[in-house]
Amino acid sequence: MKTLILKTASNYLLPVLLVFSIFILLRGHYLPGGGFVGGLIAAIAFVLHAFANGLENTKHLLRIHPGFLMPVGLALSFVSGLAPVIGLDDPFMTGLWLPQDVPVIGSVGTALFFDIGVYLVVVGVTLTIIFTISESA
Amino acid sequence: MEILFAIIIGVLYAAGIYMILRRSLVKLIIGIILLGNGANLLIFLLGRISEGAPPIIPEDSKMFLEAYADPVPQALILTAIVISFGLQSFAIILVKRAHKVVKTDDLDEMNATDEDS
Amino acid sequence: MLIAVLLGFLFALFLVFVGKFFKGKLAVISALVPLALFIYFASFIPQISKGEVISQTHNWVPSFGVNLGFTLDGLSLLFSLMITGIGFLVFAYTASYLKGHKYLDRFYAYLSVFMGAMLGLVLSDNIISMFVFWELTSISSFFLIGFNNTSEASRKSALTALGITGFGGFSLLAGALLLGNMSGTYNIAEMLTMREALVDHQYYVLAVIFIFGAAFTKSAQFPFHFWLPGAMKAPTPVSTYLHSATMVKAGIYLLMRFTPVLGDTPTWNTTLTIIGAITMLYSAIHTLFRTDLKGVLAYSTISALGILVFLIGLGGQAAFLAAAVFIIVHALYKATLFLVTGIIDHQAGTRDVTQLAGLKKMMMPVFIAGFLAAISSAGIPPSIGFLGKELTYEASIHSTGIIILIAVAIVLTKILLLYAGFVAGIKPFTGKLPEKFSEVKMPGPLMWVPPILLAVLGILFGVFPALIESSLVKPVVTALGVDASDIHLALWHGFNTVLVLSLITIGVGILLYFILKPSVKLENKIGKLEPISPEAILKRISYYFTVLSRFWTNVFQNGYLRNYVTTVILFLVILVGYIFFGNSRLVIDHNQLSEITAYEMVVSVILVLGVFYTVFTKSRLAAVAAMGVVGLAICLLFVFYSAPDLAMTQFSIDTLTVILFVLVLYRLPKYLTLSDYKMRIRDGILSLAFGGLICVLALQVLAEPQNSEIGDFYAKNAYIEAHGRNVVNVILVDFRGTDTLIEISVLAIAAIGVFGLLKLRLKSSDRAN
Repeated sequence: MKTLILKTASNYLLPVLLVFSIFILLRGHYLPGGGFVGGLIAAIAFVLHAFANGLENTKHLLRIHPGFLMPVGLALSFVSGLAPVIGLDDPFMTGLWLPQDVPVIGSVGTALFFDIGVYLVVVGVTLTIIFTISESA
Repeated sequence: MEILFAIIIGVLYAAGIYMILRRSLVKLIIGIILLGNGANLLIFLLGRISEGAPPIIPEDSKMFLEAYADPVPQALILTAIVISFGLQSFAIILVKRAHKVVKTDDLDEMNATDEDS
Repeated sequence: MLIAVLLGFLFALFLVFVGKFFKGKLAVISALVPLALFIYFASFIPQISKGEVISQTHNWVPSFGVNLGFTLDGLSLLFSLMITGIGFLVFAYTASYLKGHKYLDRFYAYLSVFMGAMLGLVLSDNIISMFVFWELTSISSFFLIGFNNTSEASRKSALTALGITGFGGFSLLAGALLLGNMSGTYNIAEMLTMREALVDHQYYVLAVIFIFGAAFTKSAQFPFHFWLPGAMKAPTPVSTYLHSATMVKAGIYLLMRFTPVLGDTPTWNTTLTIIGAITMLYSAIHTLFRTDLKGVLAYSTISALGILVFLIGLGGQAAFLAAAVFIIVHALYKATLFLVTGIIDHQAGTRDVTQLAGLKKMMMPVFIAGFLAAISSAGIPPSIGFLGKELTYEASIHSTGIIILIAVAIVLTKILLLYAGFVAGIKPFTGKLPEKFSEVKMPGPLMWVPPILLAVLGILFGVFPALIESSLVKPVVTALGVDASDIHLALWHGFNTVLVLSLITIGVGILLYFILKPSVKLENKIGKLEPISPEAILKRISYYFTVLSRFWTNVFQNGYLRNYVTTVILFLVILVGYIFFGNSRLVIDHNQLSEITAYEMVVSVILVLGVFYTVFTKSRLAAVAAMGVVGLAICLLFVFYSAPDLAMTQFSIDTLTVILFVLVLYRLPKYLTLSDYKMRIRDGILSLAFGGLICVLALQVLAEPQNSEIGDFYAKNAYIEAHGRNVVNVILVDFRGTDTLIEISVLAIAAIGVFGLLKLRLKSSDRAN
């Protein structure tokens, strides 16, 4: 599958798709999108890159093993759920919000960090599975 | 449309069960995937389907002003879709591994629990 | 009282840690536990004899009305004193009987658990906690019978006992729940106040059957009696304690406890009288054919339990009085006889009554104990046994019904019991001493003092019945719901019919003892009837049950995935289909349905075609591609019907799944056709039936009204509470965030699983590679 066109295209597609996936993630609270879809799109971006440039190059690009994203994401989600318990003695998963909206993103709160955690886990899981399989296939 | 939906669900279920009943391992996985799709659609249908009313609150108001699709089944299905991906990939790898170890694709030959290999 | 009940359990727990110190000389110290409890319960005698009832309640599961409440009235007091008093003697006796045994600490732990459970059983004022303690006694009995766990016979007997009493426990639970439902309370005292309603209730008979099921199994009534002789495999202290004095009387206790609530109806009285009469006669006759001392005692115990059930069945003051006295009588003499038997077994090494003789020379005190117990068992004055027998006769001949039959039955039983008592208590000590027993030694005082103490008490209470009259007997009768104020116990009742019957009993019984010698020949004779005994029948039933379950396992648990799936689906189709088509008519309101547009039609057709292609293609690649098409079609359906989030997710997942399949496809096994044509037709029909069922069910559900409360709540609060407009996303990351957190954990686990399966080289798979 290493055609020149795909290779060239994927070099541009990867950043574009990644930005798109983050866009999908951030707008999820207001419009269709969110951590799950965003994560999947990001994963597809990397898989596409791997198809064009070979798995090794993609891995090199990523620097870390995608599996590490899973614990990071889980921890982020968990902490954002735990924050109200520690900070304000509220029940687990109580939503906390900044008083002012942030431009572009909208209102920022624990739910956003939770969604980012989901995003990271999904990317990690998908890439771990696909990479592991293509390596040993 | 609901009747058509129900028929599609029925077809997916029937196909899923039929494939699960095959002895070939790969068919088994395909059967599970089809069955999962059928189940998703079933939940979707039972939450009542409505056209052109996504459960997204309009920009300029704080609440829904018009009819909207029930968001609960959608949330359920969304998680189900993602989870089923995890399940599928695990099942595929399991099949691959089992095929390697037992050297057969026939489910009937895999029913001995104490494989020597 | 909570502490008193828990003490046995706590002591057992304590033994777990320091058990090894209790194996040696210190073992006898453990007898202080039941002694302390005995003193504690004895201190209540003055209060109870005044007619007071002491209760204490501790919350347990208040939401279900289950409390850990304890009530001490005359009935529970009598049992508590028996449990702790005989417990004390048995604990002390054991220290010598099982001296140096490897697992002595374990034995004590079981014994004290049993004691605690038994106390809890008789003190509970709540039928549910009573059930819990009831089961605990069964379990501790199981461990004690199987204490000698290297012997197969012991293990089998333990299992039989557990099976039978466990069945009874099940019955008790059913009865308890039923009674709870009928009366609206689980508290026994509260049930007492609504006797009328319970007795007239439509489920009254069912409740009584359940209670009887529990009592008859526990108290070894015909035809459930056979576990008790088997239980004699247990060490003798256990037989003394559990299987003659206390645990087997739990059934009697249950019947007595519920007599004021459920008793005094024809159902109750007739059943108990008949079952009791059959049991007492049946097993009394059996004693004639036993040569093992413990076998004789086991059957005479069953017979005595039969008498008690019979007396409870007769009902009325006289019968209850007789029962109360007889419980004391029996506990005293039977425990003595068991302990004496244990001594003989321990010292002479055999319990075969045909061999034993003349042991009096070496162990005079043991003989005295045995003799006194035999006297009491025979009902010869001045023992308390005489009193018990007189009262029993009195109750029998004054009862209504077929007096002659009842009188004959009870007299016959008593004659045979006299014989049994003599065989166990006197026979081994008299006659010519055989050569082989000339070396037999006298046991230590820890062994012979307890039986003699019990035997002397039996005489003492007989001579001075006032000792137990108002302290023990009257409160029991009162607890049974009968006025007890005019009761007066006396050894001499005057010359009347009862006395004549008594004299006949004693005369004939002693005659029988001298004529009939227990022998192996007799034992073999009864052995011929074995195939039709309840025990053999149960054995056959359990044998066929095993055969059936093996067959069942082979048919249904056969290791073929498709058979499991077929069974489940077939069952579902038939069951749901039957109910569905039997009861309802599918109504489709066409006005409620939305229109079918052209592009929806096209997408649907593509979807169905894709499914068909996936199923019927012979190429794996084609199947995967077709599945991708199916996924995309579903994605479009989501778009049409207002689920943009789902459409996006479905699209990405579909892409990834196809990639995944393509990556591994050529490493996957070939697409073989393994089944024949006929099978495919069969599976096809089943699948179509199931698909059709789901389809019709879906339409049926659509015709039902919808509840969108939850969705409305989320929609209403999505922006106000959670600052989000996309309700689906808000549900995922906020309202149901914990679910999502768990879901991504599951995903991570799946990924780790995949990684592990492929990367980690397990030993067996290394070779396969």
